[in-house]
Amino acid sequence: MIEFVQDNEERIFQALDQDVGKHPVEAYRDEVGVVAKSAKLSLSCVEKWMAPRKGDLPLVFFPASAQVMPEPFGVVLIMGSWNFPISLSLDPLIAAISAGNAVVLKPSELSPTCSSFLAENIPKYLDSKSIKVIEGGIDVCEQLLQQKWDKIFFTGSQRVGRIVMTAAAQHLTPVTLELGGKSPAIMDSSSNPTNMKVIAKRIVGAKWGSCSGQACIAIDYLLVEERFASDLIDLLAKTIKQFYGQNPIESKSLCKIVNKNNFKRLLDLLKDPLVEASVVYGGSVDEEKMYIEPTILLNPPLDSQIMTEEIFGPLLPIITLDDIYESIDFISSRPKPLAIYAFTRDEKFKKQILSRTSSGSVTFNDTLLQFLCDSLPFGGVGQSGFGRYHGKYSFDTFSHEKAILQRGFFPELEPRYPPWNSFKLHFIKLAYAFNYIGLILLLLGLKK
Amino acid sequence: MSTEEENQTVFDVAAASMLTKELRDVFASGKTRSYEWRISQLKSMIKMCEEHEEDIVDALHQDLSKPKLESIVYEITMLKNSCALAIKELKQWMMPEKAKTSLLTFPSSAEIVSEPLGVVLIISAWNYPFLLSLDPLVGAISAGNTMVLKPSELSPATSSLLAKLLPEYLDVSSIKVVEGAVSETSALLEQKWDKIFYTGNGRVGRIVMAAAAKHLTPVVLELGGKSPVVVDSGIDLQIATRRIIIGKWGCNNGQACISPDYIITTKDCADKLVDSLKKELETFYGENPLESKDISRIVSSNHFSRLTKLLDDDKVSGKIVYGGERDEANLKIAPTILLDVPRDSLIMKEEIFGPLLPILIVSKIEDSWDVINSGTKPLAAYLFTNNKKLKEQFVMSVSAGGVTINDIAMHLAIHTLPFGGVGESGTGSYHGIFSFDAFSHKKAVLYRSFMGDAALRYPPYTLGKIRLMKALMTSNLWTILRALLGLS
Repeated sequence: MIEFVQDNEERIFQALDQDVGKHPVEAYRDEVGVVAKSAKLSLSCVEKWMAPRKGDLPLVFFPASAQVMPEPFGVVLIMGSWNFPISLSLDPLIAAISAGNAVVLKPSELSPTCSSFLAENIPKYLDSKSIKVIEGGIDVCEQLLQQKWDKIFFTGSQRVGRIVMTAAAQHLTPVTLELGGKSPAIMDSSSNPTNMKVIAKRIVGAKWGSCSGQACIAIDYLLVEERFASDLIDLLAKTIKQFYGQNPIESKSLCKIVNKNNFKRLLDLLKDPLVEASVVYGGSVDEEKMYIEPTILLNPPLDSQIMTEEIFGPLLPIITLDDIYESIDFISSRPKPLAIYAFTRDEKFKKQILSRTSSGSVTFNDTLLQFLCDSLPFGGVGQSGFGRYHGKYSFDTFSHEKAILQRGFFPELEPRYPPWNSFKLHFIKLAYAFNYIGLILLLLGLKK
Repeated sequence: MSTEEENQTVFDVAAASMLTKELRDVFASGKTRSYEWRISQLKSMIKMCEEHEEDIVDALHQDLSKPKLESIVYEITMLKNSCALAIKELKQWMMPEKAKTSLLTFPSSAEIVSEPLGVVLIISAWNYPFLLSLDPLVGAISAGNTMVLKPSELSPATSSLLAKLLPEYLDVSSIKVVEGAVSETSALLEQKWDKIFYTGNGRVGRIVMAAAAKHLTPVVLELGGKSPVVVDSGIDLQIATRRIIIGKWGCNNGQACISPDYIITTKDCADKLVDSLKKELETFYGENPLESKDISRIVSSNHFSRLTKLLDDDKVSGKIVYGGERDEANLKIAPTILLDVPRDSLIMKEEIFGPLLPILIVSKIEDSWDVINSGTKPLAAYLFTNNKKLKEQFVMSVSAGGVTINDIAMHLAIHTLPFGGVGESGTGSYHGIFSFDAFSHKKAVLYRSFMGDAALRYPPYTLGKIRLMKALMTSNLWTILRALLGLS
């Protein structure tokens, strides 16, 4: 796998450029680099991960030994996504392999160049008897989902997530669903102007700097107090120009929209007149090249589609509040997102965000980096999915933890067996309560 | 308002919806999240067990003719232990876990915070109706959720006892009991839960998971399967036999998910094993086991018919070497052993869940692995042997929820071992901290500051940035230095 990405780096860059207009820097950072890093980590840790873990045993079970041993599930199905078509296919694949499974990988058909690149080249580098790549669209997915798998790992939308889990239910197949949601960013007033510049860069980077907003952990919308809104918008506008120049659509650093369906979907979000009226920056599109300019909206109606569905594109609504603490109720009254980003130095506020909202993850004062931290589980909760991976969690997600207890034939405890009487009952009660002194007294006839 | 308390009122989808909304509001109030609330509920549960031990034993006897010792040991004491462990460890379980950070996110700190999932549904089974209702509840309470418990209607005395006692001892606004059968369960399954914990069989497990899929609700399914016992030669046969008997007939008369379902052994061992089993069975249960007070009865006439059909199958006629007597009026079937049954007989096709023990013969003991792996993965697998190599082969080649060597079922009593199935025997696990985890979301938290912002993160992208990024991601200091100096 490591050789695969190293040998084919240029070709992967080209495929990603073709499918989503991804610049090599993004392509390395979010795709090639992620896969290489993941493979290297697994390589160095897999022996440790595969080793059985000892379990503590209460004295009453002596002599015995208890262990938990991970074993592969068997034959697993991985369904990749189109926005990070290389890493979201190969990272789970690395996990499945580390855990010792046979795998079918079904890359997304919405990123066809990457899909056929994987189908053609994976067999050249990996064991093609145990690891298969199957290309195709909905009909192929349907056929695959009818089979009995020992595990299904799905990255994608909630709608398809339901279909996958329903199909899995027929065979009692366990699933991991990496879905999405509306990941909010909160910004309070506790930052000085220098920090504000950094915050603006991080927000812009997290919205448009990762597949042009088409990422599960991209900032979906922003919450800020009314009095800071216009300064923030100015700062964001300046930062966007800094990153993408005067004409972002010409910038090679911005991804395009993946296909016509999504392009239309995003334009439709802007069609609502009240939403259209709330656009304060950007808004222009290039239908032929399928680019949408980084666009900022101020207070579109909360019941409009742009505020009720995951945007997954380069449109950033800013919702203003009287008091930033209101953001907590705002977020917790909505479906649980995959990520929450909070820019604040108020320790009390941080604690409230942690305890009163629920999300896959929370990142303070930055964006997206939780994805790179291998010791943090990456996954959703509620509508944003369940199950997790990255680091050792990847190995675990494709393993069954088998409990193993070994006993000997000596000593033998008579009270375990019928016919029952009150002595035996008393004995067992004490044993279960780990009341060793009581047991000794009972055996010595000193306890009644 | 509390429709579940009135027996006459039908518990339909509307009622279920109101109930979940009520629980959601209570959860949102934050009441169930405090350490104090959780501890108070767990302590109350222990009090309930102690003050109503007789009532619980009676209910279990009514539902299953369960011997008093089995009720006290396997249901009540195990539950009390579970509560006591949770009380002792809860502070630890609730603490955030620090996570290491690497150069890639420097400077930063990270932790994993456990939080309750929200409103959870626990559907219990009829064979250990007390334990299998309340043990998952311990997990849900420890993790800070609100919950609905739906006990099995096939154990009605225990179900109504739980419906009566839980509101008396536990916080009735956060912990609800809904009694009923298929229609009440279906009404509950239509609601959106944050987790569903189901104990039962694979057929209903599929229905539960499909219903959960509509709301993207994660599930734990504790199912069953045919748990095999491989018996090798050269062991203390008497001890092994006694352990097999107590694990089979001593656990609700074979009606337990981890009961030995069938035995695999070689021809030489088989005869000696049968003799030993006969001898010990008589010691434990007397000459007339149908009369013994130390064995549970069959739970219902449906299951009674199901089991007698397995015995009346043509393919196993003449294979019964012990037992086979039935008492339909009292729903009793004597401990029955069948020797050398064909692999395609009815009794070898489905989980027996009853007092019948078939023995399969193989030519050499190592053939057992293929026999076991030709079926679906069981919840438990057992091996009696003194041969180290055989033990290793067993552990490596047999996939099951859990395995015990030289004993039966004990692994479920060890709270440091996860208890759950794999494949057809289920998904997810519990017991000890695994119960807490089963009902928690582990939230990843990353703390960053405004320092350490590398321009290379941001557009406009350049080739120099790629080089630096590559170096940074390989976390190799030397490479990073070279890249920074523009040397690679």
